[in-house]
Amino acid sequence: MERSAESLALRDTPRSAESLALRDHIDKCVHCGFCLPSCPTYMLWGEEMDSPRGRIYLMKAGLDGRAAMTDGFVRHFDACLGCMACVTACPSGVQYAPLIEATRGQIERQHSRSLGDRLFRRAIFAVLPYPARLRIALLPLAALGSLRHVGRVLRTRQFAGSKRTRPTSAATAGSERTRPTSDDQRPTTITRLRAALALAPRVTWASLFASLPERTPAVGERRLTVGLLTGCAQRVMFPQVNRATVNVLSAEGCDVVAPSAQACCGALALHAGRLDEARACARRTIEAFEQAYVDRIAVNAAGCGSSMKEYGELLADDPAWAARASAFASRVRDVSELVDELGRPRATRHPLKLRIAYQDACHLAHAQGIRQPPRNLLASIPGVELLAMAEADVCCGSAGIYNLVEPDTARQLGDRKAAHITAVNPDVVASANPGCTLQIGAAAKRRGHEWRVLHPIEILDASIKGKDILSPQDDEGRSRTRGGQQPSNR
Amino acid sequence: MDAAFLAELRHIVGDEGVLDEPLELLTYECDALPHLRESPAAVVLPASAADVQAIVRLCAREGVPFVARGHGTGLSGGALPVPGGIVIALSRLNRVLHVDIPNQRVTVEPGVTNLEITKQVAPFGYYYAPDPSSQQVCSIGGNVAENSGGAHCLKYGFTVHHVLGVEAVLPDGEIVHLGGTLVDTPGPDLLGLLIGSEGTLAIVTSITVRILRRPEAVQTLLAAFDTIDAGGAVVSDVIGAGIIPAAIEMMDALAIRAAEAAVHPNFPPADTVLIVELDGPSAEVAALFSVVKDTCMRHGATTIEVAQNDEQRARIWRGRKAAFAAMGRVSPNYYVQDGVVPRTRLPEVLNRIRRLEARSGLRIGNVFHAGDGNLHPLICYDERVPGEADKAVEVAAEILSYCIEAGGSLTGEHGIGADKSQYMPTMFSADDLAVMQRVRAAFDPRGLSNPGKVFPTPRLCGEVPGPYRQHPVEAAGLADRL
Repeated sequence: MERSAESLALRDTPRSAESLALRDHIDKCVHCGFCLPSCPTYMLWGEEMDSPRGRIYLMKAGLDGRAAMTDGFVRHFDACLGCMACVTACPSGVQYAPLIEATRGQIERQHSRSLGDRLFRRAIFAVLPYPARLRIALLPLAALGSLRHVGRVLRTRQFAGSKRTRPTSAATAGSERTRPTSDDQRPTTITRLRAALALAPRVTWASLFASLPERTPAVGERRLTVGLLTGCAQRVMFPQVNRATVNVLSAEGCDVVAPSAQACCGALALHAGRLDEARACARRTIEAFEQAYVDRIAVNAAGCGSSMKEYGELLADDPAWAARASAFASRVRDVSELVDELGRPRATRHPLKLRIAYQDACHLAHAQGIRQPPRNLLASIPGVELLAMAEADVCCGSAGIYNLVEPDTARQLGDRKAAHITAVNPDVVASANPGCTLQIGAAAKRRGHEWRVLHPIEILDASIKGKDILSPQDDEGRSRTRGGQQPSNR
Repeated sequence: MDAAFLAELRHIVGDEGVLDEPLELLTYECDALPHLRESPAAVVLPASAADVQAIVRLCAREGVPFVARGHGTGLSGGALPVPGGIVIALSRLNRVLHVDIPNQRVTVEPGVTNLEITKQVAPFGYYYAPDPSSQQVCSIGGNVAENSGGAHCLKYGFTVHHVLGVEAVLPDGEIVHLGGTLVDTPGPDLLGLLIGSEGTLAIVTSITVRILRRPEAVQTLLAAFDTIDAGGAVVSDVIGAGIIPAAIEMMDALAIRAAEAAVHPNFPPADTVLIVELDGPSAEVAALFSVVKDTCMRHGATTIEVAQNDEQRARIWRGRKAAFAAMGRVSPNYYVQDGVVPRTRLPEVLNRIRRLEARSGLRIGNVFHAGDGNLHPLICYDERVPGEADKAVEVAAEILSYCIEAGGSLTGEHGIGADKSQYMPTMFSADDLAVMQRVRAAFDPRGLSNPGKVFPTPRLCGEVPGPYRQHPVEAAGLADRL
């Protein structure tokens, strides 16, 4: 066994509070392995070091000085989707979220990535969390009408990827196995850009610049005043989801406030280990909503909701903010959770004859433990049939910025997801996170399907309005094929 | 490890299938018994039976020892690597090969999980009976190696009663087919010999198991008692009345507390709880279930909860099945032992364990398959406290000695592995062990397949068997553990 004397690994400050807290979390792991089958990368590769148990073992080895923070070490943490399915599976109560966040934080501080990798990541964090910049980035797409042309052109070029493949042995997935292990197998910037283009949503001028009223009054007597996090990606790519959220909450008796002062909630940064960035975002978000005097903060993006509920821990060491952060976090609700909490529906649900496959967003099901509320929300619509889909709570491969930085693995998981969706042949796929919506849409396209991928709240909004959601023209004037049954051989 | 050997491995399974980075090997140094650790020289991940055969042939030619591993959930260190040897990880051999509902059999590769078999056949009203608590993750290949049981083996038997046939690679690389697709095949029961041999005779590459029709009715109750003796008396009386429950499980206060903290099964805070499950035709279950309830009442049950539906039943079982891993909620480390005593001696042995607990200062939780006298003491310790890990091992050894003294056995279902090989002489005579060795040598004369397991062997000169601790030579920096 290699015991390198110079290994620094996770020991930069061996006695720091952070290391001790990590050690406590790690010690809860009894190495039983119950998490293995829930882990998407273990499903794909069957390798211990790319399982939650293996990753925790590596963290422990780092703390003990038995492992150094080499490229190989970092690879296994980059490969983690952070989907938290292992947290659901763990009988010992290991909190993986703080472990992976702290480990990624140390990686960001201590490990030097290749120039291309660094620039790509920096670009992501310079654009995605800023709606104005994201709009500018997406403008050419709106101008082009559709990015698919560009995507097609790029796809026809044979960029030699550096991946090595093995035939898969996964019983259900028809995808190839690509195990990126070392630096030479890291996704190239070209592969990443291609993946980003394939994921990019179809936007129009109208969708890019859609805005929400600062305050929307409740229909009828007010039950609550709710602040709405409009999100960065959600606001720019899926303004119709925010619109539907406002409609539903107002119809259910909530005053809805969408503070214009709000900025990014910091979820992407938090999940990538950029903790200082995340803290700055958290402070701004808390401030914006404090000034709006709301009873609840509604979130319609699972990843954002999950990190906003973590603000208390994120700012625990900041005396000026700790109490405010906890108070804020206790008022955060996913929109489906809020609709559930409101109780008896006030607005009439009109029938929608739809077969719906509901995909559990990881940051909803695993990170927040919210499984039933979105299903209840959909089931409250007369005529809706909820389909039982295999692996509904397995990550689709989106995972924050994962499908941008690890496109090969994300693609395998997306294909696997698409296969399970195909098997139940839905009219609509319901997904409560913008990243998943893009990822599933892209995977569907690769299979020649074009399911409508909608947020549950959009479906509920349509039901309340009595609008046929499968009509050929939607709000943005786009046309779509009817879900799932008409493969288009483009 | 020899570069030429590694190159040959890569030739067989591709670069994707060979791990030799020290960092990666680190994660394979133990299974679910993490206090025994040994780093392998390499890990190979075959994708087919042909790969396994080629790997084993190569090992045989070069004299390199190998250890088969499924998903690493063994509790006796059965997948502990051998110094200088390789680990053959079967996690990628996870295809379901054939589901034959009319003939009630399923053929799978060894890396398929136990629960996956049931998932495959559940839509047709069938299930795979052996149900180790780790069934969501443990591999069927590992079940064959350990002859795994589970809560329901009281009525339905162990893995050996459910495997119809296997394809296996012998330690010289020959592929053999043992058993078949029928319930019995003529000739000596070589399949029975292989099942439970803990990877010392062969590596199975496909397994045909039989599946059972879901029973018409299932009734489950959870009864709480103030003393272990009361619970034990219920077990004896129920079985004495001629009832064979699908399962009778017992948990004590500490195990109840851990399970409650982990999965909130809503167990009463009692000294002892008993889970009794009956299954079969509705009329039979209904009649016998009232006998069980009466028996519990007669022995002073403080509460009796009857599961009203599948969800409540699942909740009760979740509490039981999570009990081992849930010990992480109440202790930084735990060491689970696996011993068997005659059912009637259960209360006596448990009371001895409780006295030992008081004397040793280490908390001991107890979870057991009471119907067949299979104990699982969970010894809590903190490896950061000097000497506690050693003490846990001493306590475990003493518990095993109680089992042997009561006429029981060293293991019910977890296997001997690396953990308990040193206790084999307490149960078997030198002659017994010599006969076992001759059987083993008939398959594996050179001792390449999972050496150091089951049979007592010395390790480093002067090293005491037990949890990992640095040998003085290592501590002095004079030698490294390979």
